[in-house]
Parts: sequence; structure tokens; C-alpha cells
Amino acid sequence: RVWIRFILIQNRAGKTRLAKWYMQFDDDEKQKLIEEVHAVVTVRDAKHTNFVEFRNFKIIYRRYAGLYFCICVDVNDNNLAYLEAIHNFVEVLNEYFHNVCELDLVFNFYKVYTVVDEMFLAGEIRETSQTKVLKQLLMLQSLE
Amino acid sequence: MLAGSRPGVGKAATSRRLAPLCSPSPGKSKEAEIKRINKELANIRSKFKGDKALDGYSKKKYVCKLLFIFLLGHDIDFGHMEAVNLLSSNRYTEKQIGYLFISVLVNSNSELIRLINNAIKNDLASRNPTFMGLALHCIANVGSREMAEAFAGEVPKILVAGDTMDSVKQSAALCLLRLYRTSPDLVPMGDWTSRVVHLLNDQHLGVVTAATSLITTLAQKNPEEFKTSVSLAVSRLSRIVTSASTDLQDYTYYFVPAPWLSVKLLRLLQCYPPPEDPAVRGRLTECLETILNKAQEPPKSKKVQHSNAKNAVLFEAISLIIHHDSEPNLLVRACNQLGQFLQHRETNLRYLALESMCTLASSEFSHEAVKTHIDTVINALKTERDVSVRQRAVDLLYAMCDRSNAQQIVAEMLSYLETADYSIREEIVLKVAILAEKYAVDYAWYVDTILNLIRIAGDYVSEEVWYRVIQIVINRDDVQGYAAKTVFEALQAPACHENLVKVGGYILGEFGNLIAGDPRSSPLVQFNLLHSKFHLCSVPTRALLLSTYIKFVNLFPEVKPTIQDVLRGDSQLRNADVELQQRAVEYLRLSTVASTDILATVLEEMPPFPERESSILAKLKKKKGPSTVTDLEDTKRERSVDVNGGPEPAPASASAAVGPSPAVPACCDGLGNNLLLFCSLMFVCKNNGVLFENQLLQIGLKSEFRQNLGRMFIFYGNKTSTQFLNFTPTPVPRCGLDSLTRTHLNLQTKPVDPTVDGGAQVQQVVNIECVSDFTEAPVLNIQFRYGGTFQNVSVQLPITLNKFFQPTEMSSQDFFQRWKQLSNPQQEVQNIFKAKHPMDTEITKAKIIGFGSALLEEVDPNPANFVGAGIIHTKTSQTGCLLRLEPNLQAQMYRLTLRTSKETVSQRLCELLSQQF
Repeated sequence: RVWIRFILIQNRAGKTRLAKWYMQFDDDEKQKLIEEVHAVVTVRDAKHTNFVEFRNFKIIYRRYAGLYFCICVDVNDNNLAYLEAIHNFVEVLNEYFHNVCELDLVFNFYKVYTVVDEMFLAGEIRETSQTKVLKQLLMLQSLE
Repeated sequence: MLAGSRPGVGKAATSRRLAPLCSPSPGKSKEAEIKRINKELANIRSKFKGDKALDGYSKKKYVCKLLFIFLLGHDIDFGHMEAVNLLSSNRYTEKQIGYLFISVLVNSNSELIRLINNAIKNDLASRNPTFMGLALHCIANVGSREMAEAFAGEVPKILVAGDTMDSVKQSAALCLLRLYRTSPDLVPMGDWTSRVVHLLNDQHLGVVTAATSLITTLAQKNPEEFKTSVSLAVSRLSRIVTSASTDLQDYTYYFVPAPWLSVKLLRLLQCYPPPEDPAVRGRLTECLETILNKAQEPPKSKKVQHSNAKNAVLFEAISLIIHHDSEPNLLVRACNQLGQFLQHRETNLRYLALESMCTLASSEFSHEAVKTHIDTVINALKTERDVSVRQRAVDLLYAMCDRSNAQQIVAEMLSYLETADYSIREEIVLKVAILAEKYAVDYAWYVDTILNLIRIAGDYVSEEVWYRVIQIVINRDDVQGYAAKTVFEALQAPACHENLVKVGGYILGEFGNLIAGDPRSSPLVQFNLLHSKFHLCSVPTRALLLSTYIKFVNLFPEVKPTIQDVLRGDSQLRNADVELQQRAVEYLRLSTVASTDILATVLEEMPPFPERESSILAKLKKKKGPSTVTDLEDTKRERSVDVNGGPEPAPASASAAVGPSPAVPACCDGLGNNLLLFCSLMFVCKNNGVLFENQLLQIGLKSEFRQNLGRMFIFYGNKTSTQFLNFTPTPVPRCGLDSLTRTHLNLQTKPVDPTVDGGAQVQQVVNIECVSDFTEAPVLNIQFRYGGTFQNVSVQLPITLNKFFQPTEMSSQDFFQRWKQLSNPQQEVQNIFKAKHPMDTEITKAKIIGFGSALLEEVDPNPANFVGAGIIHTKTSQTGCLLRLEPNLQAQMYRLTLRTSKETVSQRLCELLSQQF
């Protein structure tokens, strides 16, 4: 009953830098969700919470420079756990891309998907150890 | 990292080949981008169609470009085949791009699905952990039914195989979870389930993390099969929370050991009631205490990540404590902890504390503790900058509301409503309306509150709300005059909301006569006031007002000509709206042709509404999504039962509806044949006394009961000086409709001497056996000849279900534990009623003891309440019963709640006991 419905990374202009869906949506619906999330999240300021009610779900989000990392979960799921899951993910990206920036996510989108799949799978947190994730990523990189 | 100061310059050398496609510089036009992309697409298409077979590297390059173009937001309608080809490559990068393309651009083309599944099958069998991982991730990402059909059998095997690598196990667990979510019917439980549970013991915490998610989801649907996970989860959790912050190395996050895994384990435990095994239970309690203790320790780091991770675990632990709702000590500690957060400088924590306290408010153990924070919460309502925090404050005020603070909370909500965001106004309106109704001691206050609601936020007052106020006013005659006066005054405002006109029109039409004596609100003044609003109103409101006018014709004959003039006017009689026109025509005709009597009958005051669940509550549930608020409301309803907030007056005339039917008084002229049904209320709580008396006959009783058996001595006294002849008293069980097939009560007796001398007394012994629970008391039919006439008397014999009550003593903890176990709606019956006798504590105690139950002292946290427990013995079953009586001296009311495992028993005992106070 409780799992991540989607993960979105968007910039302030509303450009999607990553969209990962963990339940079936058709393309129109995905587009609508992307726009709604952007509208809901960007109007909030630093004094606001990192949580927004969203339809029958909630969005847990965190802003890094111009990028919004958003996770959509069920309303009764643990807010802070996902808030820190986002940060954990960002720290891994930062380590992996050596000081990550928005364009890393654009050009290396296929690697970002790999990072996501290592850390989140089927809408669940799969691996939380940064050491383990990075070790696996480096191993995969060596295969390229 | 992603710092704002960093210039947005691409630097990843490996990706430079994609750079020309991407236009981060905003100067370039959209058309130019599309042109460039179309050119690139044409190029890729020609490569794919070219004569020369592409090598793996080129194929990967172009598939990757297609993906990139797709992710930029352009449609892609080719390349699927090439992507599928990549799946069978032996190079990781090629395979990875192939799988990614499949995962992102899911295509249900059946040709391809077969090929894809084939490739996945090969990779799963490859024993190469990297390839197995890619294949499992693809299944988990796509999760289609076709994939479930193909792999639901294979994945569990990989998951529990002894030689599977840890990282593959992690992926397999979550892959299986995805398949189970999409197609549970295709994932059969089997041998693997018990082995999956043991993954909770795995050395690799990543495997435990993934497995816990899988087990939690499976356990929700199959709790029995995964029961063993409870003790394993507790011991795993215990090892984590007691570990030093460095023990778990990789899994320690900002000095917090395995926070996500802890959260998941705590969630898994929320699929189950508190552990039965005392050792496991003790260990879990220790864990929870440790987590609460750690919250009080100074932070090991000033970083927000540290406190977030720590508090993630803390909030989940509190959720579990609330879920168990059985350890008062932990509940109160949780509440105190949240109380600290209410004033924390982090908005996130204030928000979460408000949210979490909302559920604590519904536990009877912590409700009072939550209430102590009322001022902080009200302050949050006034000062928080984030609307969602204010919203949580409203929710919490709603949850903590009971009789003691209802007036304050309703007043605060009303004043907040004046400035509240539009998005949440309707919900606040509903909440205020519900609280005002639920906790109204004084219905004048209720009417004032609703009229205030309409004044402040009329647009957000839905039909349900104003229908409800009318229902309540109609059902309660004590408030009708006040309501008429108040709406009349409110209507004086130059601009009043249309909803007020509706309520005003309806109420004055019914009860305008109650204020018509005052010249300031004479019939004509009332009419003119309403009619001054008429032209500004919408059609439905005008239609309602026309009905008010015709009601006025009946109430106040003196305004009849004025009203007829209005009805006769063109704007009514020839109104373009059919409904209005028809009403005008019919009402005018009715007022002309009908006699006063007929008018009075047709336009009689509305009868009381049948009592039903407040439609507002249903509306509130509907308004907030299905998942969240249904639960909230359910717990809320439960709370209103559990928590001691003093009795609630029944909304509207509920008390009349469910209250006892009044006893038929005994009457007998002693001459003719009388059928006499005497509801012997006074015998419910005692066993001896005079049952019946008239000029001829007195019947006395003495009885004793033990378990399901009883014996009753009936004494018949002839009060006259003449003999009674053919004296035949016969006790007959009356067991309702099914008495032919089933006997609930066996009565055995011997005939008595048919002659009773004047002034003499005869005795009859009745042996009673209760077979099963029953509602109808048996009847004693007595026939005899007195003088020349045949006498016939029927009296109810006071053998009631509670006579088979055996008192049970128990501790407070046992009581509330059992109370909670009997929480199905069918098991509980509640009645709220006006006191019919002076509310004296000692008498009440005596009655409860007389009723047969044990009176449990010092069990209820509120010493004013009475709780009792006992067992109803029948031949066929024993039914444990718990009862709770909550007096409210101020309102002169009681709330009585019965919980037993049998609905009919709860029902009957509640009826019987309600009549006693």
C-alpha cells in the first residue's frame, strides 16, 4: 500500500531532468503530473515544509540549486525517510559525477537511470549504503 | 554539489557526442531545435535501414540518441527492434542501453514482448550477476502482466537460491514485489515464503532492506503466513537501535544506524498487533523506549541530515506505538516528544508533529495529553506561514475536540475561517459544522455557530450543512423559537448570503409564528423582510421562498391578501421558469379554494426527520481522498466512543429515536378482562418486590439466579374477601418470531391450587433456564373467576438477559485491552440519553451492581465514569461484556457504551441498562 509512485527531477523552468514511474500512467497523464508537480513545488519557499499534499498522495521534495528532486508517496508514508533518501541519492550522484551539475544529468541520463535503479527499485528503497552503491557503479563503469 | 554558483557547463567527456542535440542556451528557437532533431532522426532511420549491418557499438549509439530525443520530449516511433537486438549483446553498455530503451518506452507489441522476454530469460539464466541485475531491473520497471506470467515462477527461485549474489537478491526481492503488486494471482505463495522471511536475518543489510519491503507487502495480504517475521523483525531492529553509531559502517547515515531499514522494520511491525510472546514484546518495548530516549540525547551532529534521519525513525516508532495503542506509558511519552516538536524551529518537524498528534488524539490513553497542547496548536493556526501546516493544525484541533474544549475550538476555527485560504475553507466549514453538532450542549449555540458559518463563509457552506441545521431545528422543539428569532435578526443585514435566505425562509415558514407576537417581528414584517431578498436570489431559493409564503398563509391569515397579491404578480404567475410558475399558480389556487382546516392540514408543520448519520460527515469523507481521511474519520468515530469526553448529546432527536419506549402504565379496572403488559423496569436491577397490584390481586416476587439458571417464587395475594376460582397462572416465554423453532428460555412450573381464599396467598415456583440470549421477557398469564366475571391479567415477568450476568473483576489494563479487542462496529452499542432520575453517584453504582456486572473502580481515567464487566451465561454460550457509563452532570445526560462479542447481547444489555438512569 505504500510505495514510491514516481521520482521527478525538474529544473526551475519546469524541464524534466529525470522521470521515473513506478506505476502505470499513460503519456498524457505523465505530462500532466509533471506540470502539476512543477506548479505545486516551485511556488513554495524555504520557510515552507518539504512536503506537499498532491492529489491523494504527497510529494516530498528538496531543492538543490536550480533543481527540484521530488518523490511522490502515499500520504501515510514516512516523510523524513524520503527526504533523506533524496539527499542520500544526491550525495551519491555528487560523488559519482564528481561534483554533479544539471548538465551531468542531461548528458549522462543513462547513468542516472542506473544510479536510480541501484538505490530505488519497484518503488522501494533498494540500497542505502553510499559505499555499496558507488562500488557497484564503479564496477559497472569498468565494463564500459 | 549542484551549487548555485556553478556555471552550467557540460563537462562529461564521454557524452560530448550528444551535445549538439541539446540546446541549453535559451536563445535558440523551438523551431530550430525541432528542425535539428528531425534531421537527426532521419539520419538514424537511414542508418537503421541501410544495407550495411550496424555493429553493436553504432546500434547502441543510435538507440541512445533516440532515447535522448525521446527524453527531450519528442515522439519516437522506431528503433524498438534495434533496442531489442541490443539485449542479446554480450557487452554491458549495449545491453544496458537496450534495457533502458525498453523500460522507458514500454511497448505492448506482442511480437517484441516475446523477444524481450526471451532475452530476459537468457540473462536470468546467465549466472552473470550484472546481466541478471539488468534483467531483473527491467522486469521490475516494466512490471507488465505478460512479464508476470513469464517470470513469477522464476524470480522467487533466484531470490532464495543459496548461491545468488547479494545484489541480485536485492533486485530479485523487489522485482518479485513489483510482480506481486501488478498480478498477485500469478505469484503463488510456496516454499519460498518461509525462506524469504529468514532474509530478515541476512548479514547484508541491503538484502534485509529490500526483503523487508517485500515481506511487508506480502504480510499485509497474508498475515498468517508471514507471522514469524514479527520476532525476526524485532530482533533485527533491536540489534540496530542498540548498536553504536559506528557498528554498521556503510549503513550508518550521519551517525544514525540504518535509519531506512529501521523505518521499514517498524512499518512491517505495523502489519501486526502487539507481539503475543512476552519476550518479543518486551524486546520491542525496549527498542521503542531506546528510540524515544535517543530523541532526548544531545545530537551527534548539527547537520539537518542527522536530525532528519533520527526523527524519521522516531516518527515511525511513534506510528507503531499508536498502531498498538496498548502501552499508555509509551503513548504519553510519544505525545510529550511531539509536544516539544510543536515549538521546534524546523517547519518540517512542527508539521509532522501536528500530523502525528492527530492520530495520538484518537487514543484514549493519550487524548488528554494531546489536549494540553491546545494553545500551541491554536497559535500555530494563527502564525504558521505554510498553509499546509495550518491545515494540520485545523486537523489536530478537530481531532482533539471534545465536550470540554468544543466551544473554544469552534470559536478559533470560526475566526480562522475569516482569513483562511480558499482551498481549505470548505473543509473547515464542514469540520465546524460537525463539531458544533456533535458537542452542542446548548442548541442555541449550535444555531449561532452555523449562522456564523454562513455569514463568514457562505459560499463554502454546502447544502448538506444548511439542510442539517434545518433538520436539527425541526427535530428539537426547544430551539425553534430561538432559531426563528436568530434568523430573523440575521436577515436584517443589508447583504446576507443566499444560504442564509434559504435557512431563514425555511425556519420562518415553519416557526415564524413563535416570534410573531413581538410587533418588531410581526407576520407582515417577517414577510416583507424575506420578500426584500427574493429578487436577488436564484431560482431554487425563490422556489423555497414561495413555499414559505404559502406556509405564512396558513400561519398568519392576516397576511394572506398581501401574499396572494405577490403570487398573482406577473413576475410569479408568468415566470419563465416552469418550477416558479407552477408553484405560484398552485399556491395561489390553494390559498383561494382551500378551507382553513384543509390549509392547516396541507401546510402542517414538518414532522421530525428520521434520524440518520449526519450527511456532513459523509461529505467530509468524500471530500478528502479515499485513503487518508476515511481512516482518520474511522478512528475519530472510534475515539468518540473510547475517549472520555463526557457524553455527547445525540445530534438532533437521536435520543428520542433510540431511547427506551416508555413503560405502559398498569391499569386495570378490576372488572372486565384486562390485558396488561407491565414493563417491569424496576426489576432489571433487583430481584424482589411487588410486581403487580390492583383492587383484586397483588403479585409479589422473589428470585435468585446463578449462571444460566434461576428460580423465581411468585406470590399471589387475594386482596378481596371473596374466593378466586379456577385460578391458573401460566408463565409463557415469548421469544419473538423464531420462538417456534428455538427456545431461548425454558420455564418449568407446577400448577397452583385453583382456589385462592379471600385474603390468602399462594406461592408458585418457576425454574428458569436460559438457553441462549433473548430480548423478550416472558409473560405471566393469570386467569381466574371473581364473582360472576372471568378475570384475565397478563404481566411481563421480569426475567431479563442481565439476570444471567456473572460479575468479573479485572485490572484497568485488562479492561482496556479487552475493550479494544471488541472494537468491531457490531460488537458495540452505544446510547446517549437524558437522565430521567437525579444523577447520584452512589445510586448509579448500586444500579450497576444490581444489574449484575462487576463495578470496576479506578479503571477509567476519569473518576466520574463508571465501568463494569461480566459474563452473560447461557446454556449455549458465555459472552463477555464490558460496559462504560459516562455521566455529564452539566447536560444532565449519559452516554452508555456496551461492548460484547455478540451483537444481540450488546444491544439488549444497552437497552435494559439505559432505562435505569
